[in-house]
Amino acid sequence: MTFNARGAFAIFKNELMRMFRTIFGSILSPVITTSLYLVVFGAAMGERMDLGGVDYGAFIVPGLLMLTLLSESTSNASFGIYMPKFTGAIYELLSAPVGVAETLIGFVGAAAVKSLILAAIILGTASLIVDYSIAYPLLALGYIVLVAASFSLLGFIIGLWADGFEKLQIIPLLVLMPLTFLGGTFYPISALDGVWQTVAMINPVVYLVSGLRWTFLGQSDFPIWVSFGATVAFLLICIAIIGWIFKTGWRLRE
Amino acid sequence: MPEPILDIRGLEKTYKGGVKALDGVDLTINRGEIFALLGPNGAGKTTLIGSVCGMVRPTGGVIEVFGKNLATQWKTLRRDIGLVPQELSFDMFDKVIRQVRYSRGMFGCAPDDARIEEVLRSLSLWDKRNSQIRALSGGMKRRVMIAKALAHDPQLLFLDEPTAGVDVELRRDMWRQIDMLRERGVTIILTTHYIEEAEEMADRVGVINNGRILLVDNKDAIMAKLGRTEAHFTFDAPLADIPASLSAFPVHLEEGGTCLIYRGGDGTGKGKREVAEIAQILAREGIVFAGLDTRESTLEDIFVDLLNEPEVSA
Ligand SMILES: Nc1ncnc2c1ncn2[C@@H]1O[C@H](COP(=O)(O)OP(=O)(O)OP(=O)(O)O)[C@@H](O)[C@H]1O
Ligand SMILES: [Mg+2]
Repeated sequence: MTFNARGAFAIFKNELMRMFRTIFGSILSPVITTSLYLVVFGAAMGERMDLGGVDYGAFIVPGLLMLTLLSESTSNASFGIYMPKFTGAIYELLSAPVGVAETLIGFVGAAAVKSLILAAIILGTASLIVDYSIAYPLLALGYIVLVAASFSLLGFIIGLWADGFEKLQIIPLLVLMPLTFLGGTFYPISALDGVWQTVAMINPVVYLVSGLRWTFLGQSDFPIWVSFGATVAFLLICIAIIGWIFKTGWRLRE
Repeated sequence: MPEPILDIRGLEKTYKGGVKALDGVDLTINRGEIFALLGPNGAGKTTLIGSVCGMVRPTGGVIEVFGKNLATQWKTLRRDIGLVPQELSFDMFDKVIRQVRYSRGMFGCAPDDARIEEVLRSLSLWDKRNSQIRALSGGMKRRVMIAKALAHDPQLLFLDEPTAGVDVELRRDMWRQIDMLRERGVTIILTTHYIEEAEEMADRVGVINNGRILLVDNKDAIMAKLGRTEAHFTFDAPLADIPASLSAFPVHLEEGGTCLIYRGGDGTGKGKREVAEIAQILAREGIVFAGLDTRESTLEDIFVDLLNEPEVSA
């Protein structure tokens, strides 16, 4: 079983080109959304937050970045694999000398890379709006890559699972979006009342946001290793699920 | 000695709902031949192709390609297998040439724009290479599917109803394409509903129904074995009886004795000879016939007969 490097690259390239086919949808709209959040929330809530000396704008930048990373990675990867299933073009992938590794590198890799490109653009845009700095740039980069990869994997699973456009939207809209908004994007968990603090602890996105914020600010709700561990565990679970999918041919082969 | 390129033994597929689409298929395809798989809707043609090409997981049996087990060595073997599926399916918003390059890459081939150009030109797609696929006509879209399948130069090519819904001109064009591939040494397995197509293109023909192969043989042998000549001699004055001199021939009278019908022969010309003999005998005996109609049975008639027979031993 030799690795089909050219095949993996062909899929990767094709996906990336597909995702950037429309500049507006792929870049402009997430950038505009994030900028609006920064301006509106930053201005409206900044005054009322007591963050122990941290500027509110600088506080929400990692949160907003996480919001974009999660939604973009998931939706790009899920759409990427759902479309060929929908149009029937999946036949080619199934008939090609392409296995799990090539498929993942192609589809998940492209989705993750697109998220990374967006992350860079968003950080650039944010620096025009608020004053922030990154305490541990390398750690931040590593963490962003890890999150982009994990949620692109999740998106890939969703795309395989979905048998209609509705299902494709359900998890990003009904699960990820609320969890991210409640996950400390705009406020520290410590600002919540006792009960809600406990409730927040079961929201996995809390650890993601906290982790990224730690790499930016050098401090956060949880120590960095907790966030890192949780994310790696999530990544491994996704890989295990995908391994099972390919082994059984679930939703791929009849 | 023909060299087998594809060897299928005891292939079975039962879909989740319980439909048994393939019921013990045995089939050997030889290198360089064009094989036509005929069968009515739902016979199992697409399932058979899908089992070789990876869309379907067989529930039983063995498939060998180039003498190697496909189940274990699929990754190497698939590089040399190409497929044009029944339905048009691709990223409609992409450009022709990009889709064809993509296919080539996916199958692990190094980029080769000269080869891509050759493929596109041979399918008259070169002028359309930068068009969005959705802007092409149905026939052109089908050619893009073929170009994608040829982009990695497969040795074994499956064409699932290549000419379904294609007009006569394009169908002939497609046949020319298939001929060109044959000259390149590509082995082709095509499915079709058009018997004419099998008659025109194929070296060998297989008939499948209800997931079972009913018959596989050389096209000419099938014609010889099952072919028939039918001749109608019509008379102005009805005959009371079949002349004794014709008793050796498979003839009978119809329409109150005004029509003598011959059904016989074997597709090798024997039928035609016998019809000529009958005509001479009638002339010699002074029986004047007003008209003569002869017709060779086509593969289509054979096919229909075969499917209508309740029990056929394969
Ligand atoms: N995905 C599927 N799930 C369940 N049953 C299926 C599936 N695909 C095909 N079948 C059934 O299997 C049988 C064979 O179908 P198949 O598509 O192989 O026939 P076919 O010979 O290609 O027909 P056609 O000439 O219409 O293309 C049919 O009864 C069909 O309904
Ligand atoms: Mg079919």
